[in-house]
Amino acid sequence: MAVFELFNYWVFAILLMIGFYAVIAKPNLIKKLIGLSLFQSAVFLLYISMGRVEGGTAPIFSDNAETALFSNPLPQVLILTAIVVGISTLALGLGIVVRIREEYGSIEENEIAEIDRR
Amino acid sequence: MNGINAHLPALQVVVPMLTAAFVVLLQPRGLAWAAATAASLMSFLIAVQLTLAVAGGATLTYAMGSWPAPYGIALEIDSFSALLLLVITGASTLALIGGKASLESQMQSDRQPYYFSAWLLALAGLCGIVVAGDAFNIFVFMEISSLASYILIAGGPDKRALPAVFKYLIMGTIGATFYLIGVGLIYMMTGTLNLHDMEVLIANVSDQRPILAAAGFITVGLALKAAVFPLHVWLPNAYTYAPHMATAFLAACATKVSLYVLLRFDFFVFQGNLDGHAFQFTAYLMPLAILGIVIGSAVALFEQNVKRLFAFSSVAQIGYIMLGASFVSILGLTAGIVHIFNHALAKGGIFLALGAFALSAKSLRIDDIAGVAKRMPWTFAAFVIAGLSLIGIPGTAGFISKWYLINAALEHGSLGIALIVVILLSSLMAVVYVWRVVEAAAFGEPATAAPIAKIQPAAFIALWTVAILNIVFGLAPDLPVSLATDASNILLGHLR
Repeated sequence: MAVFELFNYWVFAILLMIGFYAVIAKPNLIKKLIGLSLFQSAVFLLYISMGRVEGGTAPIFSDNAETALFSNPLPQVLILTAIVVGISTLALGLGIVVRIREEYGSIEENEIAEIDRR
Repeated sequence: MNGINAHLPALQVVVPMLTAAFVVLLQPRGLAWAAATAASLMSFLIAVQLTLAVAGGATLTYAMGSWPAPYGIALEIDSFSALLLLVITGASTLALIGGKASLESQMQSDRQPYYFSAWLLALAGLCGIVVAGDAFNIFVFMEISSLASYILIAGGPDKRALPAVFKYLIMGTIGATFYLIGVGLIYMMTGTLNLHDMEVLIANVSDQRPILAAAGFITVGLALKAAVFPLHVWLPNAYTYAPHMATAFLAACATKVSLYVLLRFDFFVFQGNLDGHAFQFTAYLMPLAILGIVIGSAVALFEQNVKRLFAFSSVAQIGYIMLGASFVSILGLTAGIVHIFNHALAKGGIFLALGAFALSAKSLRIDDIAGVAKRMPWTFAAFVIAGLSLIGIPGTAGFISKWYLINAALEHGSLGIALIVVILLSSLMAVVYVWRVVEAAAFGEPATAAPIAKIQPAAFIALWTVAILNIVFGLAPDLPVSLATDASNILLGHLR
């Protein structure tokens, strides 16, 4: 089944779109950030999937290193960095939302725009 | 090169990044600022040294930890990166010197060390993007610089900066993630992240479709970060409500660095390898560039807040740079790249002057800056010079890039004539919106007793340095033009 061979990539695409939808459509700033996190996680899945080799093991040095089949470790390392970036972005985003709540008393996008217009 | 000179590409990033870590500890008054300025000045000197090393079209490669590329991480500096390095480090240094007084008025002094730390991280990130030779490091540096610039924008006293920066954070992260998807798709097909290696290996890929998708993701993602019309919606509010000092720095270089990555990918990596890429690039980006120029300038005509007015003018100026690039010719690219340099000079000068105006006006609305020229005549004169350069009056830097742009357009027959009309129309609109500010500042009567403040000597020196540079590079444009010509030869070199 061709659909299941690309299962990971389907999940990537669907997760990406769910996250993107939440970012665009939700007026609540926290929900936007949740969407953004989903959006980024989908990309992590893309990278991890592409480095996977059928039947491959973790690339750790062992006695039978000559013959063993390894998954590609590079995408995993890249994604480790990307996860750190994602967490920092989320932390900063949440920090800004806290400040917005302090200043505006609301975390709904339309209410904030209303206060700014006054 | 030997000794420490051999390590300059790495030091370009390392100096501001390490200083950022210990600036936080410098609580005594003014010390954090001094350390940040020293680090920024040092980066500028490194950038000058690197520019001398790559003058004449040479490329400088630095293997991180002596691991050779493509296995190790390579830093690469050519004329294009050198030009951007000069803009970034120069803008940061002058904004630090010129914006100190303005920041004192906008932020308590115990919070300033943290602010300067974020400033240096932004500087390190921006330099890192430009020196990095592989796609993933560009992503990491892009996020370092973005996260730091969110702090720079939100750190001020204006609460409206917070929703603005939230929007910027959301859109910036989406842009960076799009870029990451594109890089992932290319890695899938070629197994490399090094830009040189990528360019060679993409040619061997039999199925072009993933690469085409990657080109789309990367172009759109970076266009979002670079505020190419219509993806500019985060820019006006973010620039308007940021502390004046940060606006001067970020308006001069932040979006340009994303444009740099965009041009590098689209010309260097994709251009020679994808069928019809040049046509697609032109057909997609030229209309957006023209719309950006016209709409950005038109909105600026009616804007009441002076900072917002010039933020919209930035959207139009980014349009000029994209228009130059979308000609896909040596002359067009040269025009675009020179405009990166000249616009940084003009806009940096304008925002520095506005930061000084803000000290002696209630706010930066057009009505409130009325009569400010009488209180600060020298600052006002420098503002006018930068404004003339923004319009593109002969004798100023802005004229040079418009001149190259018009020459590039003339290569395109009747389409070119139409484009020249657009350029002239937009320049006329620039005359009008700059005049509105000048008129209010020079001839308006201040409504209430405005606070009287004198410009600080440091700010005066920084502002006039920029103003004089605007004239110097208008009369003797050899430096930016030769760097930009080398850069466009490097970018387009693969086609011939």
